[in-house]
Amino acid sequence: MAREMQSLWPEIEPLLGRVSKPARYIGGEQGAVSPVHGDEAVSWLLAYPDTYEIGLPNQGLQILYEILNERHDAVAERTYAPWIDMEAEMRAAGVPLFSLENHFPAGVFDILAFNLSAELVFTNVVNLIDLAGLPVRAAERTRSETLVVAGGHCAFNPEPLADFVDCFVLGDGEEVVGEITETFAAWRRGAGPTPPGAPPASRQALLRRLSLLDGVYVPSCYEPQYRQCEDGSPVLDSLVPRYPETPSRVDKRVIADLAEWPYPRRQLVPLIEVVHDRLNVELFRGCTRGCRFCQAGMITRPVRERPAAQVEAMVAQGVARTGYDEVALTSLSSADYSGIEDVVARVMEGAECTGQLSISLPSLRVDAFTVGTAAQIQRARRTGLTFAPEGGTWRMRQVINKLITEEDLYAAVDAAFSQGWRRVKLYFLTGLPTETDEDTLGIVQLAAACVEIGRRYHPTVTVTASVGGFVPKAQTPFQWFGQDTVEELERKIRLLKEAARGVRGLSLRWHDPAATVVEGIASRGDRRIGGVIERVWRSGGTFQEWSEQFRLDRWTDALHAEGLSLEDVAYRQRGPDELLPWDHLSAGLHRDFLWQEWEEALGARGLEDCRWTPCYDCGACTGSGVEHVVASAIPPAGGSQGTGQDLTTGGRVPVRFVSRTPSGVPPVGAVGDELAVSVGERRA
Amino acid sequence: MRVRFRFSKVGKVRFTSHRDVARMWERAIRRTGLPVTYSAGFAPRPQMSFGLALPTGCSSLAEYVDVELGERDASGQDTIEQDPAGLPEALTAVLPVGVRVEQAGPVAAGTGSLQEAVTCCRWALAIEGGDVADLARRVALLLESEVLRVVRERKGREVLDDLRPSVRRLWVEPDPVSWGRGPVVVLDAELATQPRGVRPTELVRALEHVGAPGNVNRRPSRRVDGSAVAGGGPEGTLVLSHACRIEQWIEQDGDRRAPLEPEGAPSGRCSARRALERAGCT
Repeated sequence: MAREMQSLWPEIEPLLGRVSKPARYIGGEQGAVSPVHGDEAVSWLLAYPDTYEIGLPNQGLQILYEILNERHDAVAERTYAPWIDMEAEMRAAGVPLFSLENHFPAGVFDILAFNLSAELVFTNVVNLIDLAGLPVRAAERTRSETLVVAGGHCAFNPEPLADFVDCFVLGDGEEVVGEITETFAAWRRGAGPTPPGAPPASRQALLRRLSLLDGVYVPSCYEPQYRQCEDGSPVLDSLVPRYPETPSRVDKRVIADLAEWPYPRRQLVPLIEVVHDRLNVELFRGCTRGCRFCQAGMITRPVRERPAAQVEAMVAQGVARTGYDEVALTSLSSADYSGIEDVVARVMEGAECTGQLSISLPSLRVDAFTVGTAAQIQRARRTGLTFAPEGGTWRMRQVINKLITEEDLYAAVDAAFSQGWRRVKLYFLTGLPTETDEDTLGIVQLAAACVEIGRRYHPTVTVTASVGGFVPKAQTPFQWFGQDTVEELERKIRLLKEAARGVRGLSLRWHDPAATVVEGIASRGDRRIGGVIERVWRSGGTFQEWSEQFRLDRWTDALHAEGLSLEDVAYRQRGPDELLPWDHLSAGLHRDFLWQEWEEALGARGLEDCRWTPCYDCGACTGSGVEHVVASAIPPAGGSQGTGQDLTTGGRVPVRFVSRTPSGVPPVGAVGDELAVSVGERRA
Repeated sequence: MRVRFRFSKVGKVRFTSHRDVARMWERAIRRTGLPVTYSAGFAPRPQMSFGLALPTGCSSLAEYVDVELGERDASGQDTIEQDPAGLPEALTAVLPVGVRVEQAGPVAAGTGSLQEAVTCCRWALAIEGGDVADLARRVALLLESEVLRVVRERKGREVLDDLRPSVRRLWVEPDPVSWGRGPVVVLDAELATQPRGVRPTELVRALEHVGAPGNVNRRPSRRVDGSAVAGGGPEGTLVLSHACRIEQWIEQDGDRRAPLEPEGAPSGRCSARRALERAGCT
C-alpha cells in the first residue's frame, strides 16, 4: 500500500501567519524523530484529540511513540487537534490533518490512533477523523483507508465512539501496539489465517483478525439489541458476537513489570509552553486506595511500582537530557510509593551538583506526614498545596471510600501553613451518591475551618474549594448511580455559594453542571450516543471541554433528535440486572465486586487498601495472573485513607433511591426507608 | 562575567515566540552545565537578558542575548573566567533545529542592556501583491512623504503616530525571488527601534496607503503575512509573506556598530535576497 508521501509543509506554512500559537503545528521538539517511511513498515499516526498544549505532555502517547519507533516494522508520528482558527484555515485551503514530524497528510498513515483521556473530546475525535479525509463512520471506510484505533481510560466504555472507531485497545498499550503492528503487516502481506467467510484482503478480515488479540475490542464484531422498558423507552438488551471466533468478553491488557518498560526514555521537550511542562517520571501504575468514584484507580489495578533505582536513573538522565529544572514523580497517589522519602532524598542529593531542581509530587495524600515530604522538596517555590478530600463530611467520605478524617485534613493543612505555604486548594465532588445538603455544606465548613487554621500562622491565607460535579464512570462501583441533574447540581452550587459568602479567605470555584452532565452522557452511554456525538459535531460542537466552546443545547437537541434524553442516559439509576453497555469489556474487576462495593457505599462502609491487608478478590490480580508489585509490605507512615481507620461502623443512609428500571427488575439501593426520597423529589 | 551571544532563528522554529526562545535558552544553558548565575528569590531564574523581541513568525540572522556566567564574590568581582570560544558550538548542539549560535564574546561590565542600546534594525521583507516596478513606485512615494500616520492602540486608547522618521532606508531588490506560493518582491529596510519601533507589518500597511493623503493606516496586523487583514489600502493589498531580521545596530555619536563586533575580517554585506535564502524561505 505504497501511498504517496509528500510533505504538506509548503501548504501549511502560509496558514501559520494567520493563526494563534502557530508553533503548535511545527513539530521539532527535542526528542521527536523524523521517521523514514518504508513500504514495509506499518505507519502509525498517534493523535491526541485536544490542543497541542494539553496533548503533548501525555505520557501514554509518548511511551507508544517511542516503542513504535524503536521497532523495525513500524514508524510513528504525532498529531493534535488544530485549534478552531487553524481548522478553519486548513479547511479553506484544503489542507487535511497532518503529522508534526514529516507534515504528512493523516490519510497516508496505515493507522490513526487516538488517546482518549476524557469524554468531552469525543466530538474532536470525529472531527479529526473527518479532517484526515476519512469517512467518519467506520462502516463506510474502504479496505485501503486508514485504520482508526483508540485507547486510554475512556476506552473502558467505548460504545459512544463505536460507530467511528475501528478498534479499541483496553489497558496498557506497551505490548499490544506491537501485536497490532504485526497483525496489520501480516494482513497486508496476505500472510496468516483469515477468519471464515471474510475475503483475505478485506477490511473485515483485518478487523476480525485484530479482534482475536487480547485487549483489542472491535465494535463491528458485536451486534447490539435493544428492548422496551415498561414506559416504552428502549434499553440495551444484548451485544451479540457476530462471528464464530469473536470473543464474548474482552479483557484489558496489563504489563506485569514496569521495570521492563523504562519509557519515555526521551521525553519530548516542547518548543512552546504546555501543561505539565516538566520532566515526568512514573513511580507506579495502578492504585488500590479504592476510591469508589475513581475510574483511574479501578481500571489500572494492580499496583505496579517501578524500582527505586530505575526511578532515580530516569530522573538523572532525564534532567541531563532535557534541561528541565522540575521533575514530577507521577502516579495516582505518589506518596504511597514504597520508600518515597528515600527516593526523594536521593533525587535531591543527585541534583545537588546541578542545582535548581525542584521535585513535585502530584496527588498528595492528605496527612501531615506527606506535607513534611512536600516541604523537603519544595524548598524553592512554596506557592500552593492541593489536597483532595473529595467529600464534605466523614459520612460522605465513607460512601466514596476516601477515608480521610477531619483530623487528617486539619493536620495536613496545619503542616502546610506552618511550613510557609499561603495557599491551600481543596478538591471536592458534589452530586455524589446519597449526598445530603448537610454533606454538601460540609464542604464549606471544612474549607472555612482550614482558613481558621491558616490564620494562626498568617493573616492573609487563602483556601480555594474547587467543586466538581460528580460523573459516574464505567467499571467503577458507582456505574449504576443515577447522576444528579443539571438543576440539582446548580442548586447545590447555589447552596455552597450562599454558605461561602462572607467567609474571608475562602474562595469557591465550581465546574459547569451542564458540562458535568454531558460528560455523563458520554461516560455511560451506549452506541446510540454515536448519533448524538455526530450531530453535536456537525453543529460545530468541537472542543467541548473548553467552556467558551460548550453549549448544552447542542447536546439536548441532538439527544432529542436521536430519540434519547438526559433522563435515559445520565439521570437514570441502573438496576443490578440491567446490561451495561460495557459489560462485555473487562478492566479485571468482577462485576460482583463492583456491585458489592456499590452496596457498601450506600451503607457508608469503607474498604481498606489491599496492598497492606488481605486480598478481597476484586479480580484485578487473580484474573490477569499479575500481582501487586510493591516494594514494602508496610503501610506508609502517617496512615490515613484506609490504614488504621476504624471501618467497622457503617453510617445510616438517609437517602433511598427510586430508580426507573426495565420491567421486572426491582429497584436498587433500597437499603432503608428512613427518608424515602427519590432523586426526582430531591430536585424539587 | 557577561557573555553576549549572536544567534539565528530560521525555518520552522521561527513560529515560536520571543518567550519560547527564552525558555529554550534556559534549558540549553542548563544542559551545557554552564555556570550561569541565578536570580535571587523564591523562583530563581538564570540571569539572561534578550534584546528586542522578534515578532512570532519572523526569522532572524541577528538575534542577541546576554548571559551572566560565574559567581560573584562579596565585592562583586567575577570569580570565574569563561573562554567563550567553544560556546557557540556547544549551545547550538542543545538548541532546537533552526536556532544556531553564531558568535559569543565577553561584554564589559556596565554595558547597557541590549533592549536600550539597539536603535536600528535591518530587515529583508518578502512582499506579495505587487511587482518590482509597483513596489519601487510605492517606496519612492513613501520616502517622499513627510509624515506617515498610523493608528496604534496604547493602553486601550487609540493614538496617532508618525512612522516616517523611523524609516531610515528602504529600497527594492531589482529581481523578485520565488517563495512559497509564487514570486515575491524583496524589500531591504532599515527601521529605527526607538523611541517606538516600526514593525515590518506596519511598514507594509504604510506602503498600501502611500500616496493617499489623509488616509490613515488603522490597526495593523501584529503578524507577518497580513493577508488576514481585510481590505488593504487604496493602492491595493500587499501581503508580507515573510520578514527576516538581518542586522541590529547600536548607534552612538554618528557611529554605528553591531552589538558584537564581527570576528575576523569584516564580511561582505548580506543582501536581503541572500538573507531570505539563508532563512530557508526561498
